[in-house]
Amino acid sequence: MESESKLLIKNIYKIFGDRPEAALKLVTDGINKQTLLEQHNHVLALNNINLEVSTGKFQVVMGLSGSGKSTLIRHVNRLIEPTAGSIFFHDDDVTNLDEKQLRYFRRFRTSMVFQNFALLPHRTVLENISYGLVIQKQVKKILMDRSLEWLNRVGLDGYNDYYPTQLSGGMQQRVGLARALATDAEILLMDEPFSALDPLIREEMQDVLINLQNELKKTIIFITHDLDEALRIGDKVAILKDGEIIQNGSPEEIILNPANEYVTDFTKNINRGRILTIGAIIEDAVLENAIKIDKKITLEAALRTINEEGSQFANVVDNSRVIGSVSQKTIINAITSGTEVN
Amino acid sequence: MDFLDKFPSMGQGGLRDIKKSIDLGFRDFSRAYGDSLEAFFEPLLNLLVWIEKLLVYSPWPLIVIIFGVFAWLASRRLIVVFLTILTFLVIGFFGMWEDTMATIAIIFVATIICVFLGIPIGVLMSNSTRVQSLINPVLDIMQTIPSFVYLIPVVMLLGIGKVPGLIAVCIYAIPPIIRLTNLGIRLVDKEVLEAADAFGASFRQKLFGVQIPLALPNIFAGINQTIMMALAMVVIASMIGVKGLGVPVLRAVSNQYLALGLMNGLAIVALAIIFDRISQNFGKRLQKHMDRQNGI
Ligand SMILES: Nc1ncnc2c1ncn2[C@@H]1O[C@H](COP(=O)(O)OP(=O)(O)OP(=O)(O)O)[C@@H](O)[C@H]1O
Ligand SMILES: [Mg+2]
Repeated sequence: MESESKLLIKNIYKIFGDRPEAALKLVTDGINKQTLLEQHNHVLALNNINLEVSTGKFQVVMGLSGSGKSTLIRHVNRLIEPTAGSIFFHDDDVTNLDEKQLRYFRRFRTSMVFQNFALLPHRTVLENISYGLVIQKQVKKILMDRSLEWLNRVGLDGYNDYYPTQLSGGMQQRVGLARALATDAEILLMDEPFSALDPLIREEMQDVLINLQNELKKTIIFITHDLDEALRIGDKVAILKDGEIIQNGSPEEIILNPANEYVTDFTKNINRGRILTIGAIIEDAVLENAIKIDKKITLEAALRTINEEGSQFANVVDNSRVIGSVSQKTIINAITSGTEVN
Repeated sequence: MDFLDKFPSMGQGGLRDIKKSIDLGFRDFSRAYGDSLEAFFEPLLNLLVWIEKLLVYSPWPLIVIIFGVFAWLASRRLIVVFLTILTFLVIGFFGMWEDTMATIAIIFVATIICVFLGIPIGVLMSNSTRVQSLINPVLDIMQTIPSFVYLIPVVMLLGIGKVPGLIAVCIYAIPPIIRLTNLGIRLVDKEVLEAADAFGASFRQKLFGVQIPLALPNIFAGINQTIMMALAMVVIASMIGVKGLGVPVLRAVSNQYLALGLMNGLAIVALAIIFDRISQNFGKRLQKHMDRQNGI
């Protein structure tokens, strides 16, 4: 079952403290996080995490501060070792790699973007972008060509010889992104990469990332504490709470079928019109002489189109085949949370 | 009441025996190994003599120019260059050229030794808290023990001469470079180090590509202090046969020649200021881009 091409995180536990093994036994016996901390002075950071990310998919992990997001993402490249459990990538058991294999894995198969950029302050922008390639021991020519290419693709032409301190936060994270992508690794790990940026720059960077991903099809794990961001960019969003995944699904599933109160509370204040797509509220009836809209556009965009056409209804098309219809009223209902789902 | 009035010491006889056995033991040791130790330090002696000759026998204008250029390369500041050249001209004018060159030679060699030994030791300390807690007390002792005390075994082993002087200078001057290398590496931003790990950097790639470059400002502060302390040792080292500015100072002290003492003392101070400015400015230039970025 591990042979399918994907990243598989299986029964991962992580306990911080002096005697994690002993604490693990208590946890599997059912002790909760609070008691473990108060009576045994161990932190249960991850509690039986299972997550499956297909190759080329964009998996977001969303949770509040202290929920274990950073701990989780660092297990994928084993910057943090699990207390128990395994991680598979394609056919390889990552948790069993020896030191040398692990270095190879980190050099060629994963790369990472950090919340506070973690650029090398003594290297220029171009030298930072080439860092992963230097570690890979690439020849000079490949190193230069690829770094220059990525400098260009993140829109930093001309900043070759600047130092990180001379750049704004947004530009620094572009360098961080270019550094990660230049190594051509299949897995891209991003720990709150845009959290340190202000909202406008953050959206700009999200767009940069989305556009790159449409073309590159990396296997991405993206950490955020911002549900808007999560729903906007993820193929799938996993909600993490106290070291447990309480729901993992597409943005629409998260909004329309929240697993419990906790998720509902989160999704309450979400701008649904910008996340949900028409496909989620489609009705079977096909109308005559109605305008056509694509099922993949958001409710907000659909509403705008319908209004601009001075109409009240629209037929929904999927690959230019009409599959149903929507009305202005159902769209508005869906946006303002009257959850009428088919 | 006798017990309280007089400290119950072990008595003259016992004490004498202990001292005697230590002294004799060490003398036997030095008789047995003195020659091979001397042979071991032979290359150092040759290097020191060679540099001294090079400095003394080169035409003086060349030396002045070289130091001027060096000052420029390190500091990129004209004022430092100007002061350097002026100092050397004044020193030469007052007849202290040869002694100054001898002093520079020993400082130079001592600094090289301290750097080559001190940086690796500092790296070792930074990698292991256990090693750090072993070496730190040794450094404390090296810095606080009166230098005359460790001159005794050094002289017993190697006699009077340049090499024992050099060793004495190194013992006194090496702690700062070790400490600051250790500190500098420990202060390297954990997140940057984590990034290096995440990209699969090996121990060496991390050490030479991240840790040492980022610790360089601190390492240079250490080199700066090492040079200063080596200069401070010059007078004491001249007691056991090191040539240089310390010799006339020592002569001035024992004969109460105020002017001679003052002139040579001031020459040492002037050298100290030059070396300090040059190495500090170099350290500062290294640091230019390395201030911790403030994120947003
Ligand atoms: N090295 C450590 N030693 C002890 N406890 C730790 C360690 N690292 C993390 N923890 C604990 O594990 C839990 C999860 O931490 P983690 O950093 O993964 O949270 P996070 O979701 O990334 O939070 P944030 O949004 O603040 O970054 C926290 O309770 C934290 O205190
Ligand atoms: Mg975190």
